[in-house]
Amino acid sequence: MSVELLNFIETVLNGLMSGVMYSLVALGFVLIFKASGVFNFAQGVFALFAALTLVGYQTGQVPFAHVINELFGTNYHNWYASMPNFLAIILTMITMIALAWIIERLVLKHLVNQDPIILFMATIGLAFALEGVGDLMWGSDVKVLDVGIPSGGSVWLEEATIGLAAEGSDYYGMYIDVLNVWATVIAVILVITLALFSQYTKTGRALRAVADDHQAALSVGISLRTIWILVWAISGFIAMVAGIMWGTESGVQFSLSLIALKALPVLILGGFTSIPGAIIGGLLIGVGEKLAEIYIGGYFETGALENWFAYVMALVFLLFRPQGLFGDKIIERV
Amino acid sequence: MRIKQLLMGIVASVIAVSSYVEIAVADLKFPMLVYRTGAYAPNGIPNADGFVDYYKMINARDGGIGGEKILHPECETGYKTQVGVECYEKNKQDAMVFQPMSTGITYQLIPKATADGVTVYSTGYGRTSAANGKVFKWIFNAPVTYWDGASIAVKHILGKNSNDIKGKTIALVYHNSAYGKEPIRTLEQLGKKHGFKLMLLPVDHPGQEQKATWLKIRKARPDYILMWGWGVMNQVAVKSAASIKFPMENFIGIWWSGSENDVLPAGEGAHGYKSLTFNAPGSNYQVHKDIKKYVHDKGEASGDGSHFGTVLYNRGLFQAMVQVEAARVAQQIHGTSKITPAMYRDGMENVKLDAKRLEELGFKDFAPPFANSCENHGGSGLAAVQQWDAKTKSWSMITDYMGSDRAIIDKLIAEDSNKYAAEQKIAERCN
Repeated sequence: MSVELLNFIETVLNGLMSGVMYSLVALGFVLIFKASGVFNFAQGVFALFAALTLVGYQTGQVPFAHVINELFGTNYHNWYASMPNFLAIILTMITMIALAWIIERLVLKHLVNQDPIILFMATIGLAFALEGVGDLMWGSDVKVLDVGIPSGGSVWLEEATIGLAAEGSDYYGMYIDVLNVWATVIAVILVITLALFSQYTKTGRALRAVADDHQAALSVGISLRTIWILVWAISGFIAMVAGIMWGTESGVQFSLSLIALKALPVLILGGFTSIPGAIIGGLLIGVGEKLAEIYIGGYFETGALENWFAYVMALVFLLFRPQGLFGDKIIERV
Repeated sequence: MRIKQLLMGIVASVIAVSSYVEIAVADLKFPMLVYRTGAYAPNGIPNADGFVDYYKMINARDGGIGGEKILHPECETGYKTQVGVECYEKNKQDAMVFQPMSTGITYQLIPKATADGVTVYSTGYGRTSAANGKVFKWIFNAPVTYWDGASIAVKHILGKNSNDIKGKTIALVYHNSAYGKEPIRTLEQLGKKHGFKLMLLPVDHPGQEQKATWLKIRKARPDYILMWGWGVMNQVAVKSAASIKFPMENFIGIWWSGSENDVLPAGEGAHGYKSLTFNAPGSNYQVHKDIKKYVHDKGEASGDGSHFGTVLYNRGLFQAMVQVEAARVAQQIHGTSKITPAMYRDGMENVKLDAKRLEELGFKDFAPPFANSCENHGGSGLAAVQQWDAKTKSWSMITDYMGSDRAIIDKLIAEDSNKYAAEQKIAERCN
């Protein structure tokens, strides 16, 4: 095989892997939008908050330590030296469920029957508030997150592919980050679990009923509030998974909240109401931006296509298929 | 009843006005543009803490500067240029000096501060050609500029290759902003002189995703990588370099890509990564002892005190020290402790921090000596190389402070500043 072809395959593979990372964020958006019609602007901050909380539990950090120390002249920093990863993840999940409950009690409950734009604005406020609380609770330092997921280039793949190039060519194997492979496996498990949950459990069916028609669901005795708490808790869990993956890559820091912006073009491509759409959209965006950066990036003086090409793709898509690949078709009766 | 209320109102107004007047004439205002929130907060916080702790120490130990207390109101910019300009407008009244902590904000403030008569000090960042004091009367960027940085990095590479880097490739991974683009011209010139090929790789804000950039690097296999990054971009880049097994000793960051934050997330993979610096890391200097005694031990530390002695905290100390020294020099020149912003500028232009003075100030061997002058606002142009040890989790200086290629840098500074002077119709001074 020619080195050019192998490099092309490598770019596509890496694009697919990056796409999975975007899909992890987009999934949370889709779940909430399907169930409640709310575009949750705070999903990126959810991921940040979950990752901050996880590191906080892992390292035994005292929440709000610097506020407590400032107010009472104390010097608290850590409860304990470390906590096993499994336990820290369970505690973080419980925290995210509690957060979903608080959001329902303090925000959503009071906004039932409001216009979608009001709910959207509320989530913007929620994003800023949660970012502030995260800062006060856990501090703004860059935190190292390690839950035991391996990262770095795959030596196995490199060695397995080095012989594929034509003899005598300057080729040193294919590159894939092991962390991204793990993210892919986790995303696949997540999607299968969500599909089984919504198809074969009573709660899952209730969830689909609410997503389909709020009024009809209410009329057959489904508690809208319980479903909302459940959906926000599930998307909190997905945010935690996304936070772990992204946080392992870059360290946990406040720029993590900006990964939500990467999910927007994914949603536009895949549709706001489709779980497979979030996955396919992510893959398309991931591959598209990597190919654009590597093969046409050199023609742009400003470069850095990797970060804005996704939006160009989304814009083009909006012109031809505004509901996305798998989204519900918008039909207005007049 | 009405007369009583009126009298009370008058008394309250007099108290309020007199207290304001007292602040305005008796204190020295050093407004701080900070970013303690947002994507760049992990860098902004330790740096701001360094400033605040130093000012507090001067107020507590010396009773201020020449008896005048330092006021240091903070304005949060979030590293956003437009917010930084708003912060400047809000705080410029009676301000001695602004430290924008962002090249983008600095570029915006240059014409404004020049018109308002306010000193801007962009320590080792901002517009490089502002080093030409003949054109940029109110702007200072000592002790070293980005163009010096680019040249010093290449000098280090030359040293590692017996002064021959002809045919080698140097990649520049840079923040796609005014800051990141600063060294490009210098590197192009140096490329022509030394025969190396320059590969440009911009990364957009914030730099969380750089996979394509590092695939390009892996494919092109440059001999060296230079980085002008900030915030999460640094952490992702260092981790990506380790992931593609790029030799870390051939990866050199500018001084804003060389803090503990930048390397810790990469763990062992960051071992050997290098960066330039113009201040030493660590907390064994006299200034640290004084801060501990007069600030931290009294429970007055800025933030939680956990950044004490880190690279960016120490840089904040250095920046604050130069600003305080400029006020002292201004007081000496004008024979009054109650200096005006114009007097302060004179002080900044006459700052002379030789080894003896640095020792007196508690900064012995902490930073290279430098002096400003009417012509030179860019200082000595010296920087050293530090290297990260992932095992001990510490930086260590591996070279002495070294200078840049003045033949190239001075020519570039003259070209750029003269162009600016022509555009803005500024008459050269210092003649």
